Amino acid sequence: MATRKKKKAGGAVYIVDGSRTPFLKVTGTPGPFLASDLAVAASRPLLARQPFEISALDEVIVGCVMPTPDEVNIARIIALRLGCDQHLPAWTVQRNCASGLQALDCAYQNIKDGRSDLVLAGGAESMSHAPVLLNDKMVGWLGEWTGAKKLAQKIKTLGKLRGVHLKPIIGLLRGLSDPVIGLSMGQTAENLAYRFGISREAMDAFAVDSHKRLAAAQEGGYFNDEIEALYDSRGKSYQQDNGVRADSSVEKLAKLRPVFDRKFGKVTAGNSAQITDGAAMLLLASEYAVEKYGLKVMGRIIDSEWAGLDPAQMGLGPAHAMAPILKRQKMAVSDIDYWEINEAFATQVLACVEAWQDAEYCKNELGLKEPPGKIDHTRLNIDGGGVSLGHPVGASGARIVLHLLNILERNDAQHGMASLCIGGGQGGAMLVTREKG
Amino acid sequence: MAMAENRHWRTERDADGIAWLHFDMADTSTNVLSVETIAEFDAQLRDIESNPPEGLVILSDKASGFIAGADIKGFTSMESAEQAAEFMRGMHTILNRLESFSFPTVSLISGFCLGGGLELALATRYRIADEDPKTRLGLPEVRLGIHPGFGGTVRAPRLVGAPTAMDMMLSGRTLSARAAKKVGLIDHAVPERQLLRAAKMMIAEAPAAHRPGRLARLSNHSLVRPLLAKYLKRTVAKKANPGHYPAPYAMIDLWCRHFDNPNKMYVEEARSVAALVVGDAAQNLIRVFFLQEEMKALGRKNRFHAERVHVVGAGVMGGDIAAWCALRGLQVTLQDQSPERIAPAMKRAHALFKKKLRQPRLVQAAMDRLMPDVKGLGVERADVIIEAIFENTEAKQNLYRALEPRMKPTALLTTNTSSIPLEVLSEALEEPKRLVGLHFFNPVARMQLVEIVKGKQTSQSIANQAAAFARQIDRLPLPVKSSPGFLVNRILMPYLLEAVVLESEGVRPELIDKAATDFGMPMGPIELADTVGLDICLAVAETLAESLEVEVPAKLRSMVSAGDLGRKSGKGFYSYSKGKPEKAKTEGASMAADLTDRMMFRMLNEAMACLRERVVDSDDLLDAGVIFGTGFAPFRGGPMHYIHTSGHQSMKDKIDQLSAQYGNRFKPDAAWDRL
Repeated sequence: MATRKKKKAGGAVYIVDGSRTPFLKVTGTPGPFLASDLAVAASRPLLARQPFEISALDEVIVGCVMPTPDEVNIARIIALRLGCDQHLPAWTVQRNCASGLQALDCAYQNIKDGRSDLVLAGGAESMSHAPVLLNDKMVGWLGEWTGAKKLAQKIKTLGKLRGVHLKPIIGLLRGLSDPVIGLSMGQTAENLAYRFGISREAMDAFAVDSHKRLAAAQEGGYFNDEIEALYDSRGKSYQQDNGVRADSSVEKLAKLRPVFDRKFGKVTAGNSAQITDGAAMLLLASEYAVEKYGLKVMGRIIDSEWAGLDPAQMGLGPAHAMAPILKRQKMAVSDIDYWEINEAFATQVLACVEAWQDAEYCKNELGLKEPPGKIDHTRLNIDGGGVSLGHPVGASGARIVLHLLNILERNDAQHGMASLCIGGGQGGAMLVTREKG
Repeated sequence: MAMAENRHWRTERDADGIAWLHFDMADTSTNVLSVETIAEFDAQLRDIESNPPEGLVILSDKASGFIAGADIKGFTSMESAEQAAEFMRGMHTILNRLESFSFPTVSLISGFCLGGGLELALATRYRIADEDPKTRLGLPEVRLGIHPGFGGTVRAPRLVGAPTAMDMMLSGRTLSARAAKKVGLIDHAVPERQLLRAAKMMIAEAPAAHRPGRLARLSNHSLVRPLLAKYLKRTVAKKANPGHYPAPYAMIDLWCRHFDNPNKMYVEEARSVAALVVGDAAQNLIRVFFLQEEMKALGRKNRFHAERVHVVGAGVMGGDIAAWCALRGLQVTLQDQSPERIAPAMKRAHALFKKKLRQPRLVQAAMDRLMPDVKGLGVERADVIIEAIFENTEAKQNLYRALEPRMKPTALLTTNTSSIPLEVLSEALEEPKRLVGLHFFNPVARMQLVEIVKGKQTSQSIANQAAAFARQIDRLPLPVKSSPGFLVNRILMPYLLEAVVLESEGVRPELIDKAATDFGMPMGPIELADTVGLDICLAVAETLAESLEVEVPAKLRSMVSAGDLGRKSGKGFYSYSKGKPEKAKTEGASMAADLTDRMMFRMLNEAMACLRERVVDSDDLLDAGVIFGTGFAPFRGGPMHYIHTSGHQSMKDKIDQLSAQYGNRFKPDAAWDRL
């Protein structure tokens, strides 16, 4: 650990480096990697290229929504698997779709408060390993079965077993539904399309753009410094996000049927985020650590914000979380060079853009006298997003911040805003800059 | 014997009246059963018996384990079979007394419990072992050409049934505590924190001693034994030729004939072991054991200890070396030009870890220690760098130029080259003395030997560090001079080439291979060439041909250019289906009288040349290298030992004769006359 008796509070907080795995589309069967495998694969090369020893870390913070039963407090598991010292504390955070951003925010706060100097933080999700659970009836039956000591009792208990006992609970589907309001995430997206009059064509066009942008970015090698290859135990390597469809078109997408509001809805699998496995891990450092180890800096965190809103409109979370940051930092939309708004649904990103141009919405829902204005589509998710490369829920927040910093560097730009909507009706946002603090 | 001073054993009685008999052999870190420690053990038992305790617990004070076995040096240097038999009879009496104590007796085992050590433990009523992986129980005597002689052949089948006991004793393999518990060899496998408590509770509760299941008991029945014995012999015959390795057969016979009469069986056990131990096979195998110890000692000359290893080149050798290092607990980075090149190595590593470690959590930990590293991030922190790229001087030199400035000043730079002189490779370095060869053999996970290649420019201290590293990853270091083929390939190649010549003369490959395996080689030379790959054989042969005046048979060239590369291409000297050679039956076919000699004398002659050129430092090391590097018939004790025991002069006569008949390639090396 960076040994300082008393750490200085209030200094700048830097993001010094980061790596992620390729995002791998879920094919219906459990993928080759658990969430901890993914985080370890992203973190090993990240740590190996640092000038400091792994023992210099102060803590590990990881966001993950659905770890497997063997990955409780997954951050600690990841830390130990990485060979971190047993004295190194590690903790897991969960704020649904923004868990990765939450991990960065916690690291940011702890460094700002002077509690830590060097933190490994990020997010990991293996949605293909989301748990499938027994229902309560089955659990009850199993209890009875275990309690039955005599053969006669066992036979009697066996006779009580019915088909309904065997109906599993699909963790992934439950996770993507809001139990309070009884809507799936896709249905909340339909709400936004209804409210802002977003057409099926507009959504599909956005989705096609997402794929084309990702394909162009892959072609341009824009992920070369960001992605670390994955290797499975069967002799295969994975080097790129595999959800991309370079040949995607509005015509093709138009053929897909709506999946959440069947028949009459507009939200389809084609204009929603893909279900994927992936991890993104970043290194955050205090001014002290940057100087001590001579670290190269990717950027600095200026501000972060969390907001709550109607769960049935959860997709507008970014509009709610980003607004207070601009206000606090006395910045206008035009001061932000690039935006990364996580694409849970094409319509949800479009709705956020609409909301910031809607005077009534801004006044009533955001308490703004003036709408902030339009976010330029050419500065938003310029290398694709969840629709094309997927949204491993715990990891996306960390990925968009990492990639935003890479975009800023590539374009020699300064300010970037990353934001996500969060199931349950929340939004999270983080403002970063390449300017020195 | 009168009560001696307590140098090795110590008895303590606790408040519960339990006697705790501690074994802590003086002046050594490992407990063994020698004449002296056994005598003292006897005295302690008599003392304990004269004032019977509530129970007796036998335990070790050594960190290394319970008892590693009998004192091999003392035992094998006994003057006569009679003396050896008497020694074992003495131990039988002692252990029989221990077995008949009226109070409960417990062996408390943590760490190694092997051979005579396990036989002692089998004489107590209960056995409790630490479940830690360091605990290993077994009766490996067969590896030394003998079998258990302290009553193990009687007690082991009785305790766990013949199939389990025979499997243990015939294979010599050792069991973990959990596996031992499963087969009934021990009563409990417990974590260290419960060892003492478990021993006390066993004594307080005194349950009935373990009995094997019905089926296991049946296996010892006098009507079943002859059938089972026949089956066992057939199984053993697949691995060990009775003419070469008599011990397993003696053991099966002993059990089959005498199991119903334990007292007789003890007598016969001692007689059988005594006869075996003075025989050639056992004496040579024991010699091999000590040669192995000698190589291990070479790794102790330097205290070098690595934590991180960086391997460049993820081919078969590089990838497997990296996996082996990770298996042995090191942090490993594996570099190659692209993920596609590394991925197959990760697959093989996973298969290796799964086979060796079994538990998923351990497999995962090993995989976590092995990092694919296309960018070469591991170089700066590595303690050892192993270069295993393709055999090209310029490519290797360029790599060294790039590596040297990035390496830690204390890091070892090693190469797995098998054909390029280190003196040449090291020209690319600022500090040529730091380059040393670590020549592994394929398959890495099975071949224990590593040639430590010292170029003229290599410093002795660096070579010693490399040897220490070899020991750290549980390989046997053999220091060799940097000359073409080093030791193993150089000795092997003329033998392989002679086999190819024989084949081109029209001798069937099956017969050639049979001649070699009859001699005691683990695999025939033709099948070996096919397995290694004929292209690789040709490449090695051509490198050696330049400097050693070996002629490369035309047949080898034509096969390689035809694309018949051996097992990997599906066709070589044999045709392969599912990786197995299709061999015709050899029964009844006649063999030329000098078939074996032609192959072996090419090898022996080359061994002479190696000694003359001082490729290795001694006859012993040559024998050790050839046995562990090629599998050369261990029961013959190695090439040099084989020459000496066969009679130097008669061997010289034979090679003169071969030379007269077949010409220059059998020209006796000058060393034949000198030695």
